Formats: sequence, structure tokens, C-alpha cells
Amino acid sequence: MRRDIFQAVADPTRRAIIVLIALQAMTPNAIADNFNTTRQAVSKHLRILTECEIVKQEQKGREIFYALEIDKMKEIDKWLEQFRRIWETRFSQLDDLLSTIKKNKK
Amino acid sequence: MNNLQFDFTVDKSTNSVCITREFDAELPLVWDAFTKPEILDQWWAPKPLASKTKNMDFKVGGRRFYAMILPDGQEHWGIQAFTSISPKTNLKWVSSFTDKDENINTELPSSNWDLNFTEQNGMTKVSIVIKHKTLADIEMLIQMGFKEGFTMTLNFLEELLTKKK
Repeated sequence: MRRDIFQAVADPTRRAIIVLIALQAMTPNAIADNFNTTRQAVSKHLRILTECEIVKQEQKGREIFYALEIDKMKEIDKWLEQFRRIWETRFSQLDDLLSTIKKNKK
Repeated sequence: MNNLQFDFTVDKSTNSVCITREFDAELPLVWDAFTKPEILDQWWAPKPLASKTKNMDFKVGGRRFYAMILPDGQEHWGIQAFTSISPKTNLKWVSSFTDKDENINTELPSSNWDLNFTEQNGMTKVSIVIKHKTLADIEMLIQMGFKEGFTMTLNFLEELLTKKK
């Protein structure tokens, strides 16, 4: 089974969990209160997120809190650089095309 | 490299990607490049992907239905649903992923696009704001958009290395 940051954000519920715990660490019950699904379903998503190493568990007293792995999220910045490059490629293709069209018009 | 302006920023507070780019061409031509399928298909897909517009009805309420085609022939379909058109000034659409029969895939993130066109001294500036519902949606789009490209680059490298052996 694939377990990476991509797998973590591939599911809408998991994306919502990420957004939720980005603000503050939360217990599984508090997280589950935000969804209409069963607690088991939320637990399963939390397990996958933990396996993807995007969340970590913190023991506070008798309760376990789930928190976001900020460093892992920084990988996103690396992806953004890739995203930027896609647009660079796209636009340089358009530059070439515009110059061809202009030449043909003359 | 050219000196054309290119800004690319991500506003994490509004889940938006903002892209501004200058083109060495007059506005009507750049407008056509964004709104005529036969021109769009020639540049929209970053190589080695290809873009194929199956149909496009360029009016408010209309849509462009197109595919991004991978070198192995795999097709990823999507639509741009036009929500506002001010000729040669502004263009808005909602971008979604679909199956090959134009059914929207609600599991995948949709995004709102807002494009502004201005011309100065024969140069055209296009400002694009792509608004997503969540930051995670942006991550997912990046994953879909570049992971394939990245895999392809790796495949290409592998091929090259095999040839050199």
C-alpha cells in the first residue's frame, strides 16, 4: 500500500482532517465530531495519515492528540516549485506559438 | 531566457494560486490563444502531454470539454465551465475533472479561475487567479499535474541510461 504525502491528500475526508488539525492538535473524538461519518471511519483516516507521516500522536494525560507534521507539509513548497515549472513550460510554448502566428500574418 | 514578466505566488490564506505573465503580442491575439480551441490545444498541455478539445461552446453557460493526453495514450478529461466573459478584458471559468463522458468527478477538486487581460505598448499582460476550496486541493492538483510529468522524466532518464549502456 502506498503511504506518502500524496496518498494522504488523495481523499476528501483526509484533506478536511488536515485542514482541521492544522489549526490545533485534536483528539480523535473532537475530530470525528466534525464529520458525519462513523468514528471508525475517521480512525481509519487518522491511521492512514499517521502511516503517511503527515500527522503525529501526542499523549497528553490520558488523551491522545493528533497534530500536523509541519515539516512534512513543507514538502508542499517543493511541489509548488514544480507547479511553477509546469506554467513556465506552458507559457514558453505559448510564446513560441504567438511568435509563429505573428510571422505568418506578416 | 526572455525578459517577460512572470510572477507565480501562492496565497495560502485564500487557497489561491496567482500567476501573472507578459506576452510579446497584442491583446486580440493573446485573447484568441486563451479562447479558441484550435490555438489552446497547441500550448495548453506542457510537453510531453498533449491537449485535445473535444468540444467547446465559448459563451457564458457554455464549456470546454478537453483531455490531457499522456505519451502512453492515457486520457485525463476535464471541463472549463465559463461563468463570465468580458471580451478581451476578463474571463472566468470553473475547472473540474470529468470522465470521458463529461460526468464531473466530485471526488477531485474543482477550482475557480479568474483571468484578466491588459495591453500596454504592444505587450499583453495576463493575470490569473486560481481559487481552490482548500490548500490540500492545491496539493492534490500539483500531485496530479506534475507527478505524471516527473514519472515521465524518470522513465525518460531510464531509457536514456539503457541506451548508453
